Amino acid sequence: MRDDLERIVIVGASLAGLSAADAIRSAGWDGHLVVIDSATELPSDRPPLSKQVLAGTMEPAAAVQPLTARLDELDVDLVLGRRVEGFSVDDLRLKFDNDHEISGDGVVIATGGMPRHLPGTESLAGVHVLRTLADSLAIKADFNAAPRRVAVVGAGFIGAEVAASARGLGLEVTMIDALSSPMANVFGDGMVGKYVADLHRVHGVDVRLGVGVAAIEGESGDGARVERIVMDDGSVIDADVVVVGIGVVPNIDWLEGSGLTLGNGVMCDETLLAAPGVVAAGDVANWLNPRFGERMRVEHWDHAIDQGAAAGRRLLVDVDEGEIAAPYAPVPWFWSDQYDRKIQMAGRPAATDECVLIDGSLDGPVAEAKFAVAFRRGDRCTGVLAVNRPRIVVAARMKMMESLDWSHVVGPSA
Amino acid sequence: MKIVVDYDLCESNAVCMGIAPDVFEVRDDDFLYVLQENPSEDMRDKMLEAVKRCPKQAISIEG
Repeated sequence: MRDDLERIVIVGASLAGLSAADAIRSAGWDGHLVVIDSATELPSDRPPLSKQVLAGTMEPAAAVQPLTARLDELDVDLVLGRRVEGFSVDDLRLKFDNDHEISGDGVVIATGGMPRHLPGTESLAGVHVLRTLADSLAIKADFNAAPRRVAVVGAGFIGAEVAASARGLGLEVTMIDALSSPMANVFGDGMVGKYVADLHRVHGVDVRLGVGVAAIEGESGDGARVERIVMDDGSVIDADVVVVGIGVVPNIDWLEGSGLTLGNGVMCDETLLAAPGVVAAGDVANWLNPRFGERMRVEHWDHAIDQGAAAGRRLLVDVDEGEIAAPYAPVPWFWSDQYDRKIQMAGRPAATDECVLIDGSLDGPVAEAKFAVAFRRGDRCTGVLAVNRPRIVVAARMKMMESLDWSHVVGPSA
Repeated sequence: MKIVVDYDLCESNAVCMGIAPDVFEVRDDDFLYVLQENPSEDMRDKMLEAVKRCPKQAISIEG
């Protein structure tokens, strides 16, 4: 372990940042550990924000990150409500929004991402994105002002979960996506997208696919409220509440001119190193995953914890003393709860991969389906996705950690 | 060390099984079974990992 580090600064106090702190302390490093976040309170745990908090089955105060209870043990200097606005890889100096500065001997970049907005909607009341607890509570407040017609723009996991939560509250919901099926950019135009669309339709959602948003219109004047979405095929969807879930952009603006390589995130090597003494983790990190042989930026909850820990450990590796920095080669995993179905996936498929049913059936009632599919690219299995079959996904993930070989993961018969 | 699972919270995401299959098993009925309630001390790091990465924060360690 490097013994020349006196201070490590972690920028971002969400899952990846706190997990880095945990890993650094668990490794026995006892220097000055600083964790900075622009939020004025410790960021909440995010998965309940689109589900239990919206549904009203979890108190907002209960949505806390796993490591919150251990913060004292981690002995971190927590700096909240301060934005970092500048950084240089030359001296690892960070500049705060109040012109104060701090330098570290090691820096973990874990600033996450922010939701994409629909241009021109920022001033319309009733148009939301969902990222923070405040966002979730604002949406919930609008839901509670029923009767409300809800439109969800984007049929990805956030949008689909919000749609399911809104239906659970008995609200009228339209879910829109410009793609021909939900998440076609990841899963292709096959079984998975069709299943997700069908699942929402049987639960009463008006699902509109393959059609883009032309304009979001509302009343005129200050504090004007949204009234309708005009689609690019000319159709109109009346809506009092619009939730936009069209993706997340990594928070890298503050790193312009820092000397780091930026693109779709902070560019890191296989070991999560972005520059000497600088690592990145979580939604903001773009690294070469050697297991898949491709660059990725992963936004999953579980991955933020795992990658945060790996990035923290990486900082402590003393390469000059002959210690080896291990490549970070995970099999990403996520889950999504929609209605009473649990969708899980291990891996990283592309839309062009072949999708093969490996368990269960899609022939029965959609709302009660249990099945698993695997994604195939040549002789490799790039992912296994299942609905209400968690055992299959975890078993596949364990096999994929050994090898992505198709017959190894899926078996010779499939 | 004793492993305690809050089954009111557990949703059988099976992350724990991926970390420590000797201790946690999600069976074909999709329920989680704890195979060793008192794993040996050399398993502590893995148990802490399972606690940290349970999406429902349903696992805790006593002792």
